[in-house]
Amino acid sequence: MWLLMRMIRITICIKSGKLEDFANMKTRIIAALACSTILGTLLSTNAFSAESVNVYSYRQPFLIAPIFDSFTKQTGIKVNTVFAKKGLVERLKSEGKNSPADLLLTSDFNTINAAIDADVVEAVTSDVLSVNIPAQFRDPDGLWFGLTNRARLIVVSKERMTQNRPETYEDLADPTYKGKICTRSGKHNYMVALTASVIAHAGQDAARKWLSGVKDNLARKPQGNDRAQVKAISQGECDIAIINSYYMGKMLADDKQIAWANSVDLIFPNQADRGTHMNISGVVLTKSAGNKSNAIKLMEYLSSADAQKIYAEVNYEYPINKSVSPSELVQSWGDFTYDTLPLTQVSKYRNDASRLADEVNYDY
Amino acid sequence: MSKTDSNDKRLLTTATYGGGLSFDGDESAATADSYTQTQTKNSIWTVAALVVAGIVCLPLLSVIWLAFFPEENIWPHLYKTVLSTYVLNTIILMFGVAVGTLVIGTGCAWLVTHHEFPGRKLFNWALLLPFAVPAYVIAYVYTDLLEFAGPVQTLLRDAFGWQLASDYYFPSIRTLPGAIIMMVLVLYPYVYLLSRAAFLEQSASIAEAARSLGVSRRARIFKVAFPMARPAIVVGLSLVMMETLNDYGTVDYFAVRTLSAGLYDVWLGMNNLGGGAQIATLLLIFVMVLIGLEKSSRRNQQNFQPMSSRFRPTERSRLQKYWALGASTFCAIPVVLGFIIPAWVLCSYTISYFEESWNASFWQSALHSIGLSAVAAITAIAVGILLSYSKRLHPTRNVRWSVGLASLGYAVPGAVLAIGIIIPFAAFDNTVDALAERFFGVSTGLLLSGTVFALVFAYTVRFLAMAYGAINSSMQKISPHMDDAARSLGHSPGTILRKVHLPLVRGGILTAGLVVFVDCMKELPATLVLRPFNFDTLATQVYQFASDELLGQSAIYALLIVLVGLVPVILLSTRIDRSRELSDESRF
Repeated sequence: MWLLMRMIRITICIKSGKLEDFANMKTRIIAALACSTILGTLLSTNAFSAESVNVYSYRQPFLIAPIFDSFTKQTGIKVNTVFAKKGLVERLKSEGKNSPADLLLTSDFNTINAAIDADVVEAVTSDVLSVNIPAQFRDPDGLWFGLTNRARLIVVSKERMTQNRPETYEDLADPTYKGKICTRSGKHNYMVALTASVIAHAGQDAARKWLSGVKDNLARKPQGNDRAQVKAISQGECDIAIINSYYMGKMLADDKQIAWANSVDLIFPNQADRGTHMNISGVVLTKSAGNKSNAIKLMEYLSSADAQKIYAEVNYEYPINKSVSPSELVQSWGDFTYDTLPLTQVSKYRNDASRLADEVNYDY
Repeated sequence: MSKTDSNDKRLLTTATYGGGLSFDGDESAATADSYTQTQTKNSIWTVAALVVAGIVCLPLLSVIWLAFFPEENIWPHLYKTVLSTYVLNTIILMFGVAVGTLVIGTGCAWLVTHHEFPGRKLFNWALLLPFAVPAYVIAYVYTDLLEFAGPVQTLLRDAFGWQLASDYYFPSIRTLPGAIIMMVLVLYPYVYLLSRAAFLEQSASIAEAARSLGVSRRARIFKVAFPMARPAIVVGLSLVMMETLNDYGTVDYFAVRTLSAGLYDVWLGMNNLGGGAQIATLLLIFVMVLIGLEKSSRRNQQNFQPMSSRFRPTERSRLQKYWALGASTFCAIPVVLGFIIPAWVLCSYTISYFEESWNASFWQSALHSIGLSAVAAITAIAVGILLSYSKRLHPTRNVRWSVGLASLGYAVPGAVLAIGIIIPFAAFDNTVDALAERFFGVSTGLLLSGTVFALVFAYTVRFLAMAYGAINSSMQKISPHMDDAARSLGHSPGTILRKVHLPLVRGGILTAGLVVFVDCMKELPATLVLRPFNFDTLATQVYQFASDELLGQSAIYALLIVLVGLVPVILLSTRIDRSRELSDESRF
């Protein structure tokens, strides 16, 4: 203990020398600066207006900001957000019944389940939600509601994969694709959900064999997000990748990334059998919700045609509300058969799937 | 052990610790303490220090407590699968970073202190510049430069007519060796600074004595000078390795599975908080081992005395031709790679994305970062003053221990700290709320959780050791006679602190403030999890953009962090050439 302090003391002193001369002036400046900013800081974050709703979001700010903005414009209700890729359910759980959060927005189904397991979710009954969201994409008891659908697709290089393309997720474990596949970390929720769906359909052992086969075909250590995998294909590092459908639209809409997207062809896997694996982004009401009526208003808005149109047009997701069609681009990919096994059946294997990734040392 | 040896040891410890930077005043403090110890043992100061230290230790204790209650026992699974990878990667990373910083840090320090070559004066301070660059920023920059589509590989392809990645071999930066190189580049200044100071403190007479005994040039370096500087080097290396253990941004981006990456996975991926806390405790054990190693490396180096007046500074020998060129190159490499290239890349991105990035959200995050860091720095200073003054008044065992514990926060990785803070804060809030409801019928809600306060607390715990160290070492330079004189004039300890000590330690206070301020600006993992609604800092913005492969948009945020980090480096640089004089004047 003492030595640690001593060490730190040494660095400090050496780091800084002696700075007495500056001290008086500088400390005053810092103090003045601090006083002025602390007020601003505290006011800007804690003084919520009376009409507001507080959201913990796993979805990226730029994905949902346009929708929240339009909600505020229509209703006058301000939406406050904390965005984090990790840890929000944990935070909700420890904050307990006093948590300021009203809603939790997730980018996949596993997180919805984690929130339910943590016992921080309250059921909602709303006719609007029941009409807007098909029964298979919401909890019968109203604990969770899906907002958008996304397909987990295989993409292949246009140039280098002209024949013998994989048609199913199972094909990806075929040794003919050795050294050709890129994916993100096997412990990421999107990959875990896919593995869990394989467990749900084929069982633990088959899934282990499958995942280990895919691992053996990897061109590089899993890294980056789905977008980074397409980039790697365009750069010739690999030929095949697994990505969520909306990333494709996002890249095509970006000047700098359009070249990546144009280097690949899309494949909707498993069309001949169970269909393509789907995942949802969703929303739950927290038990602690203090602005409950505003929160439900926002939930209803998110499922409304207005918001679903933004999801479809700006984020290229499949709208959950059947009255809204996907964006033109997404429609151009064509209709496809999707896996209809309920997500709850898939998601119960999420811990097993996460462990499988460790067991086959997927991320090496 | 021969007599010469022990003499050398004494000289060496003097050189390192008794010298101009006089960072360690424990021995002189003991004298100072004995004067003031006659006061009552349990004054309000002692109580305050114990309470504050207890609060600061809370996150650490709650992590250890949590480790006893995992959701399920993850160790059989981890042991069978990835544990060996986590541990091995962590050890390789630490070892690699240690070797790299050792070679660059001591090598450059030796060159600038013992030789004259073109650019020496410049390198003397320029070698500190990489201090200003956070490890995750340098990782983003080099990934951008060295990936397939980056300028380096594009140039190579154009030059040689290659097309695809499979046409040629190019090492991948997003690997364990890549992570080692990145961390070496930003962490070597610790070793450089400490070993440089140690070399400067070595009297020329020792080298001459060695030479007169017929010791070869090489042996004089490796058998005399380096061993004498060893304690300082070991201190530098321990700090480097603790920073390495703390890192999450770089290893996450490079997909290197270390223990801190594993901690996140178990905690959040497997929803096993207790399991995460167990890994955190394992990390703390690593830290304890480091501290133990540091301690044992200077077990025999006690009882040092201020150095005699026979001290003579070493004369720098002029290097000739190729040797001079070699020395300049050796010193230029870390500066160019660790500062100039990253700064240049960030600047050019900032310029090309300027219109997109120069907006309200940039200003707001900058304001958040600066305001938050300033408040945290002031808090850390206040706590630092309280602890060091209480220790001066009553250096009892309790006070010493609690101060020591409170300083351990520096060694706690930010992610672990976040767990350690969420739990007790929420428990406190909910208890207060329940009590208030029961007795007064009002709900107080969450008072601390999810507020700026939680962040300020996190920063204070994490960086208190730095503030305390700087203030305490300044305070120990004040003669205890001052205290006695003031007491004899009838002043209370509080008045004496205000009228005597604070004006005298303001240099230490400024130092403490600056270092804590800059470190808070860089802090990432705890900020991500603990922040309030609608709250972004520069660091979180950099992380969000860069983890989405949008380095261009993140550049302006990263650049501001680097610029702010430059302030202490510049202040330090203006001083570094004067450190010779400084060391003479403070040798009493």
